[in-house]
Amino acid sequence: MTAPLRLEGVEFAHDGKPVLRGLDLSLRAGTITALMGPSGCGKSTLIALAAGLLTPDAGRVARRCARLGIVFQDPALLPWKTALGNVGFALRGLGLGRAERRARARAMLEAVGLDPGDAGKFPRQLSGGMRQRVALARALAVEPDLLLCDEPFAVLDAEPRRALWQLLRQIRERTGLTMLVVTHDRDEATAEADCLAVMDKGRIVPSGQPGAG
Amino acid sequence: MARKRPPSRLWSLAGLALLLVLWEAGHRIWGPLVLPGLAETGVTLWRMIAEGMVAPALAQTAGNAGMGWAAGAAAGMIAGTLAGLRPEAQRALQPVAVVLLGIPAIAWVVLALLWFGGRWAVVFTVAVATGPLVFAAAVAGVHSLDGGLIRMAQAFRVPLGARLAHMHLPHMLVHVFPALATTLAMSWKVSVMAELLAGAGGIGDGLATARAHVDTAAMMGWVLVVVAVLVAVDLALLQPLQRRMVHWRDDGRGVGA
Repeated sequence: MTAPLRLEGVEFAHDGKPVLRGLDLSLRAGTITALMGPSGCGKSTLIALAAGLLTPDAGRVARRCARLGIVFQDPALLPWKTALGNVGFALRGLGLGRAERRARARAMLEAVGLDPGDAGKFPRQLSGGMRQRVALARALAVEPDLLLCDEPFAVLDAEPRRALWQLLRQIRERTGLTMLVVTHDRDEATAEADCLAVMDKGRIVPSGQPGAG
Repeated sequence: MARKRPPSRLWSLAGLALLLVLWEAGHRIWGPLVLPGLAETGVTLWRMIAEGMVAPALAQTAGNAGMGWAAGAAAGMIAGTLAGLRPEAQRALQPVAVVLLGIPAIAWVVLALLWFGGRWAVVFTVAVATGPLVFAAAVAGVHSLDGGLIRMAQAFRVPLGARLAHMHLPHMLVHVFPALATTLAMSWKVSVMAELLAGAGGIGDGLATARAHVDTAAMMGWVLVVVAVLVAVDLALLQPLQRRMVHWRDDGRGVGA
């Protein structure tokens, strides 16, 4: 089966300082891959390259997906739009009508656990955890076949984290979604992911299945 | 933490009352030729309104100021947005804006009278005084948009039109609105000054006529008309617009959290 995302020999430098040094990574379709590694090892850069937001200095990034969803470390919400408007903004890329955008956005906000009353609130009126849920709803609302998440649940407590992981797994079962999730939590990676990729010094180091090392 | 209550509006009234007291005191000290009293000015203004002098002059000045402001603001917005998006355009346009900002409005009036004459000299002067200020605000508006938002829109492949309308424009307006409000008020003052020199009708022309007749009460009457218009525009238009535009902010100017 064709890998939805494959990085081959990717090199990237920020201001002349090498961040990724010949990185290879391939995601299997329909799997959740947890990406771990020490701070500053280039995980967010890898996500940006995978999303096509950066261009590698060398190597190749091949993305074979119809729709990409992404959750950034910072929720990146438009402060002048409500939670509903923020999710609807991403749906504009799909060319949907206003009514369909709103209906889909409302349903996805509910699915990630936001109260219906919070859909009309501006980001400043939401807690950090609620903002992150809005960002996740935005990514899922486009019905992606590849989802990239950069520490999506870092600000959430254990219980809502578990609930959102369960939601992601349900979506994965239903749609065959492929996910790459950056996390610092080894227990979470072991429990929730199918594969584990560990980064060090700008490369993926051998790790095997979750729990293997 | 409880937000500090704003001071009472009575303080504003107290400030205005103090100004009026000083005006009346000045009148009593220096006499009506230098500074007419409150009552005399009020009566003169009423006579000017009753004789139909104020409304046409007001309409003409509003037209001159409005046209000049709209042209200058549009040019400033377009050039500022372009300069904000393209470093080459900023390199080219920034010195032009600095030069235009450095030229006093009165110099523009004199030049515009030679070039255009009549009301178009007034409109041009207002436009050229407005443009560079809006340009600078527009450049700052484009530059200050969070790069994370731009990347988010790119990642979700939001079309350019939607990005401009729902991301760039709302953000720009927050930065440009104060400049638009400031230049709108300034456009009236520049328009009156240019009309005074151009003799092309409007409130400035009324002021020139009153000066020629050494009618200080009429001059003060015209000044009151301009001030009244600026206060009315601020209260009826600018303040409600500003409240509507920034209601999502968390700096105390928007709705409560």
